[in-house]
Amino acid sequence: MSTRIFGSGIKRREDPRLITGGAKYTDDMALPGMLHMAMLRSPYAHAHIKHIDTATAQGMEGVVAVYTATDLSLGAVPCAWLVPNSDLKTPAHPPLAADKVRYVGDAVAIVIAEDRYLAQDAADTIHVEYEVLGAVVNPEEATQEGAPQLFDDVPNNIAFRWIASSGDEGVEKAFAEADVVVKDRIVQQRLLPTAMEPRAALAQWNSGTGEMTIWCTSQNPHIHRFILSGMLGLAEHKVRVIAPEVGGGFGSKIPVYADEALAAWASMKLNRPVKWAETRSENYLVTIHGRDHIEHVEMAATSDGTITAIRGTVYAGMGAYLSTAGPGIPTILHGLMYCGPYTIPHARCESIGVFTTTTPTDAYRGAGRPEAVFLMERLIDQVARKLNMDPVELRRKNLIPPFEDGYTIPLGLTYDSGNYEVALDKALAMIGYADFRKEQAEARKQGRYLGIGVTTYCEICGLGPSQVAGATGFQGGLWESTIIRVTPTGKVHAMIGASPHGQGEETTFAQLISDEIGIPVEDIEILHGDTGNTPMGWGTYGSRTTPVAGAALVLATRKIKEKARAMAAHLLEAAVEDIDYEDGKFFVKGSPDKFKTIQEATLMATLAWNMPEGMDPGMEASQFYDPPNFVYPFGTHIAIVEIEADTGIVHLKRYVAVDDCGPQINPVIVAGQIHGGIVQGVGQALFEGVVYDEHGQLLTGSMMDYAVPRAEAFPEFELDHTVTPSPHHPVGLKGVGETGTIASTPTVYNAVIDALQPFGIKTMEMPLTAARVWEAMQRRNGSANGSTNGVHEGS
Amino acid sequence: MRPGKFAYHRAETIDAALELLTNNEDAKVLAGGHSLIPALNLRLAQPEMLIDIGRLENLRGIQANGSLMIGALTTHAQIETSAAVQQYCRALSAAVSKVGDPMVRNRGTIGGNIAHADPASDPPTVLLACDSIIHLQGPDGTRTVPVQDFFLDLFTTDVQPNELVTGIEVPNMSDHKTAYAKLTHPASHYAVVGVCVAVKMDGDTCDHAHVAIGGALPKAMRSPGAEAALAGTTLDDAALNAAAEALMDEIRAEVMGDVYAPEAYRTAMAGVYLKRAIRQALAS
Ligand SMILES: Cc1cc2nc3c(=O)[nH]c(=O)nc-3n(C[C@H](O)[C@H](O)[C@H](O)COP(=O)(O)OP(=O)(O)OC[C@H]3O[C@@H](n4cnc5c(N)ncnc54)[C@H](O)[C@@H]3O)c2cc1C
Repeated sequence: MSTRIFGSGIKRREDPRLITGGAKYTDDMALPGMLHMAMLRSPYAHAHIKHIDTATAQGMEGVVAVYTATDLSLGAVPCAWLVPNSDLKTPAHPPLAADKVRYVGDAVAIVIAEDRYLAQDAADTIHVEYEVLGAVVNPEEATQEGAPQLFDDVPNNIAFRWIASSGDEGVEKAFAEADVVVKDRIVQQRLLPTAMEPRAALAQWNSGTGEMTIWCTSQNPHIHRFILSGMLGLAEHKVRVIAPEVGGGFGSKIPVYADEALAAWASMKLNRPVKWAETRSENYLVTIHGRDHIEHVEMAATSDGTITAIRGTVYAGMGAYLSTAGPGIPTILHGLMYCGPYTIPHARCESIGVFTTTTPTDAYRGAGRPEAVFLMERLIDQVARKLNMDPVELRRKNLIPPFEDGYTIPLGLTYDSGNYEVALDKALAMIGYADFRKEQAEARKQGRYLGIGVTTYCEICGLGPSQVAGATGFQGGLWESTIIRVTPTGKVHAMIGASPHGQGEETTFAQLISDEIGIPVEDIEILHGDTGNTPMGWGTYGSRTTPVAGAALVLATRKIKEKARAMAAHLLEAAVEDIDYEDGKFFVKGSPDKFKTIQEATLMATLAWNMPEGMDPGMEASQFYDPPNFVYPFGTHIAIVEIEADTGIVHLKRYVAVDDCGPQINPVIVAGQIHGGIVQGVGQALFEGVVYDEHGQLLTGSMMDYAVPRAEAFPEFELDHTVTPSPHHPVGLKGVGETGTIASTPTVYNAVIDALQPFGIKTMEMPLTAARVWEAMQRRNGSANGSTNGVHEGS
Repeated sequence: MRPGKFAYHRAETIDAALELLTNNEDAKVLAGGHSLIPALNLRLAQPEMLIDIGRLENLRGIQANGSLMIGALTTHAQIETSAAVQQYCRALSAAVSKVGDPMVRNRGTIGGNIAHADPASDPPTVLLACDSIIHLQGPDGTRTVPVQDFFLDLFTTDVQPNELVTGIEVPNMSDHKTAYAKLTHPASHYAVVGVCVAVKMDGDTCDHAHVAIGGALPKAMRSPGAEAALAGTTLDDAALNAAAEALMDEIRAEVMGDVYAPEAYRTAMAGVYLKRAIRQALAS
């Protein structure tokens, strides 16, 4: 047999067009008669709108229309994850603020003009009289007495209060009886998703046919169609949403925003195409942010290092309005993962969603799971320190033993498969853990500060069974579907409802199909992103495209294969049961020379001159796939850092990652996902952090201030993997889109804290910037200069 | 990004540029555009006219003739790769090699850099340590300004509205050991702190030292205290520590803090990077 295409690291087929500038993004599109929309956004975090004067803008040459809230006939922006049993409040999110603005960037008016410069010029002339109200940017403070109230009917700004518990009594008892308890206050700082391509939308209303076409930067065009048709009051079959090339999303292009709905509404109103494209400043200001938790967490253990319980209270900043999936992130995707890969018998998470006068938050790469893994790995290191145990041994002692088909944790989830210790040992061997401790001790004698951090993680992805979606309040299904169409000459169009935007499924999905039926990858096209020519699907996020859409694809391909087998049997005048398949050829058992290729079978089925009894012509199959469970990839990451003693600069010296996402379709693409993930997670640990001042002004509103990590900050990553197939996936696949981000933040954080042990530092706020690390070292050296700057000393 | 409306003129001669400048009150000169265009895009600047001087070839290039004459339009990349600059003033090569990233260095010009007078820029610190002279031209002719008098404040210089920076004259520093040490901002890549030193050694003893600091203050500054602490010493640890203390004392009242680098940190880093600069200079 030839080399299997499954598992082969072929180059990404997407890359040539992306690298050479041949790709077309939403903002590259132009239509005859196209107008441009600019938004006037609030400069205040919280204010009553007293009066809006648009007269000057209206009168400017080239300005076609200016609209404010009173002009609109457009539905509110809905929240689509209505987490149950949480007393969830869903105050209306109007597309344009009517009487009150609730964050800097809240839209107040739109200008439609002949070009985007004029539109902006005109927006600048609109005069809004505001009565400024108090701002509150910290989600814990926002719940306190006297904090500014965003909505009259949401007391204390509390959007929801959600609890996951293995049983409160058991948790209480475990803490009461513990030999050691460690507590921490963790700030999961806000992050900016920073997709390379900002958001954009182009809407074209066809008054003749009553059809609306919207090109937009979406990770889930079918969800966009679903929600936008509702907001616009148009029948769903008259709305077509197209996500052309999409330059990354990291979660920020899941939500449906007011912006694309406004462009579509204006296009209907004016009967001309309308385009809106975000500037980078707007992107930082109004595209969703990620994380934003203040957590009070604690862990209980016995003196032999058995972890007996974990619990936490999370104040999760929702921003000024509930974004599309906002409430689901710090609850379902966070609290249910409180046990991690460990045999912790008792766990409880209370998550309090809070409105603050800030940009709404939603899913950002990892979404809820990085926060869960971070607090777990932080607490474990602190327990280890308290017990004077090696943190690796403490982890090892508590890991869930290997399982191949289901392990139910106290919070109710059933992990699919796992073999955690093997990955741990592999990573330890790669880094040379034992030798490192010696090197570290030596270095300390010379005044050099080396540290090591280890994370053993598992995560929930491949979202997910639709029944669970429904039970957890997600206002959609989570299945995927595909149509595979083989042309007369044996080429393939595979249409998927999911919507890759950088992950490489045009390559890996072609490999999946090719692996099943032997049609070469070059002959297979994966079509996605257009509701007009793809079947329904719920989109690309939550590391779900390969586990869910990939499964649909494999099953559909197998239908094709069976039809081709029957066709070949007919042509070879043999019984179907007597036909074997290898490498794209169907042959009579025992005589491989007498064969029909998949292409021949397809051509004959398409010509349909001579069909088997009862078989329809053509070579096409469709498949819906609703996964029976989530998938749970896992692994171990280890980092070594060195801290410059005089500046506090953290240098990442080595980074080892052993991940298990089941069998790998394409190891190069898997490595790419892990590389990018690690970088984003390290970004949170060392560089990135949104800062608002007390007036709710975004201080990190540009790339001059907000530090996205660069290649120069990283060593060569050392990657390896183990392979534990998912028992419920047709080819055993798990997701890998978020593992890097989930694991790398605590890994690097723990390494820094480890390096700082001579200074007695227990915990610090992220990002661990040079200044913060330096300050922490100074405090210990007794020459501090006042400011605490997020540093807490330990004992 | 959406700048406001402006007229665009490309000047073919210096005189034409000066005439346009003189006749248009709200005009701005466009060189490499790496400070001006971001300001236009953010609408922080909304001039009515841009005068593109990018094609004034006689403002581009480096002559080494007793001193260095660097044309205002010379890019950071051209300075970085110039053998003459390397020979006359290593610190300047080092400083421009640390500006931004390759794209910025390929487009950004030294004239634009100093005319813009961003407090976090690198070249001004070196020019100050090396007693450079700025050449200007206006409708009434040319004049020169010592760099000490050129930078007035944050984003403010002695360039008059109808003048162009034409060149920068850097003395031959080859008898000094010079170095530039920079703490780079992880986002902008500008200087959080940049220190330039030029030391003249007499055997093992430091005859005199020039010390300038940028990044931390509204404008780059010389440090008389540090210079005094270094002169006459062997530049041993005690001398370096004394110089660092003197420098920190001098800047403490004026140092700027921000989200990334609070005041205390910036002050301390001035001392750290001064020591690094001296050690680098000695090793050169
Ligand atoms: C991402 C980024 C990172 C950067 N990092 C650094 C860094 O680390 N260190 C650093 O030092 N700099 C940095 N810079 C700035 C860069 O060095 C440029 O040199 C600087 O922006 C100005 O040069 P320019 O030729 O682009 O000037 P322009 O942007 O064209 O002009 C700037 C200003 O100077 C005026 N001007 C230009 N030329 C003249 C002249 N001959 N006479 C009179 N007025 C003139 C213009 O009217 C304008 O007001 C960075 C810039 C960017 C965009």
